[in-house]
Amino acid sequence: MIELADVRKAFNQGRPNELWAVRGVTLSIEARRATVLRGPSGSGKTTLLTLVGCLSRPTSGRVRVGGREVSGMTERFLTELRRQTFGFVFQQFNLLRGLTATENVMLPAYPLGLPRQRLLQRARTLLSSLGLGDRAEARVEWLSGGEAQRVAIARALVNDPQVILADEPTANLDSELSQRFLDIVRDLKAQGKTLLMTSHDPLVCEAAVVDRVVTVRDGRLA
Amino acid sequence: MPVWIERQKYLIDFTLGSLGRRKARNLALFLVYALLVFVLASVFLFSHALRHEARLLLSGAPEIVVQRMVAGRHDLVPEGYLARLDGVRGVTGKRCRLWGYYYDPAVAANYTLMVPLGEEIPPGKVRVGEAVARTRGLNVGDVLSLRGHDDHPNPFTVHGVLSTESALLSADLLLVGEGDFRRLFGIPPGQCTDLVLEVRNPREVSKVADKVVLTLPDTRPILRDEILRTYASVFDWREGMVLVLLSGAVLAFIIFAWDKSSGLSAEERREIGVLKAVGWETADIMGMKFWEGFLVSAFAFLVGYLLAYLHVFVFSAHLFEPVLKGWAVLYPRFELTPQVDGFQVATLFFLTVMPYAVATVVPVWRAAITDPDAVMRE
Repeated sequence: MIELADVRKAFNQGRPNELWAVRGVTLSIEARRATVLRGPSGSGKTTLLTLVGCLSRPTSGRVRVGGREVSGMTERFLTELRRQTFGFVFQQFNLLRGLTATENVMLPAYPLGLPRQRLLQRARTLLSSLGLGDRAEARVEWLSGGEAQRVAIARALVNDPQVILADEPTANLDSELSQRFLDIVRDLKAQGKTLLMTSHDPLVCEAAVVDRVVTVRDGRLA
Repeated sequence: MPVWIERQKYLIDFTLGSLGRRKARNLALFLVYALLVFVLASVFLFSHALRHEARLLLSGAPEIVVQRMVAGRHDLVPEGYLARLDGVRGVTGKRCRLWGYYYDPAVAANYTLMVPLGEEIPPGKVRVGEAVARTRGLNVGDVLSLRGHDDHPNPFTVHGVLSTESALLSADLLLVGEGDFRRLFGIPPGQCTDLVLEVRNPREVSKVADKVVLTLPDTRPILRDEILRTYASVFDWREGMVLVLLSGAVLAFIIFAWDKSSGLSAEERREIGVLKAVGWETADIMGMKFWEGFLVSAFAFLVGYLLAYLHVFVFSAHLFEPVLKGWAVLYPRFELTPQVDGFQVATLFFLTVMPYAVATVVPVWRAAITDPDAVMRE
């Protein structure tokens, strides 16, 4: 499904503050599986996640998604691929304040120009399936941490992507909410989605739903 | 195409929401913008309406006025000159005119005294302009005393006030009978101030003027078109002067717009990062910001223009009256005919919307090309 071949990523290349976050990673992520990138803070797992999700390009090496080489794609094609293939759940959720839960969920689909009623219906259905039917019209700043994360998950699913990428999904949740998140992961996996998460939370890494844990340290696979 | 339209609708929808979420900033921008449009549009509308008004009023004026010159100065014309113009072809009517100026020390104002053509004013009577009546507090039946050239007072009974429709040209006018006029200024019979000629074919006016000079070498013909051009250039000059003064305001607005748009808040930058991360392209972000700028500027333009329209045509342009009408003791009071010139609207749109668009496009583009992974690295 997703293949990384000797991928390296540098920030501020050529400057005094040059930093190599990923140093030659070769990795294959299988479809319809839940994979966790585990590692301490600063190990390069989030950077790896952005490379997989086409949010950035590698400094060297190749990234292939569904058999397509994406490293050299133009921004437009990369954005289109990202929109169709990936759904993102950010660590801080990154919901837009001042908008309702439904509006936040609909955001990734705006550039597709779908009929409004259809999109609205889809957003509401997703929110209901995640137990947020009664909070659909609430502004996101009024939501609890768990509710905000579920809105972020609904947003990640609105374009019906094949792959869900989640960056430290349980970092801001207590054990009960973390368990609830893992239940959602199980449901998504059952629907045939591919999941890739970064985490150093034992609750996630040792969960039964997780098929594979990849350890990252100092920008390399351990 | 429907997808494109639906996409633009989403962008507009999102933009309206964004504007609402940053009320204070956008309201400040809107107010400054609308104020600028209001001021510029008021100047444009007012001077355009004045030019139009002058053109309308002068359309009934004679095509040619003939003045006699003595030593380069305007002098009285012998009535016998009229007969000498009999041979000039193309002239359909010619008459002598009597008019002059009178300084009234009581109100420190100059009046224009005139003997009307084609209307008999009875001896001892006067018809006064609207501004004269207002300034001197005159009503029909009141007496207005004018001091003659021989220092004798000449009492006139007001028997009419001129209508406000013609106030632009008749505000300071006094119409008197011929005998009274000659007595007041000491002009002997057989002399008049100038001659007016009517010409049948407008394209022959300059030709007729040439013939007048040949027939009466000590005269100068003044064409109606020349008067119109003079009026136009006077208003153009005043309009230009005001615009030069306002250019400072335009510049200040550009700086303000630049500051407001380049100073994208951390919150806005984060929003752009999130939108890019969830699948928006740079073009979508630019589109969204375009709609934001367009909605603010178009709405401000509309409101500013509408207020300027009301200011000029309903409230008689109170704010710019002294500059654009020129200095006078006797200000005419008149309603301008509403006039909107498409070219001027376009000019104004260019003067206000373009600087805003230019000032905002670069910072917005810079924000829009932010790497989408930046949001993950926060």
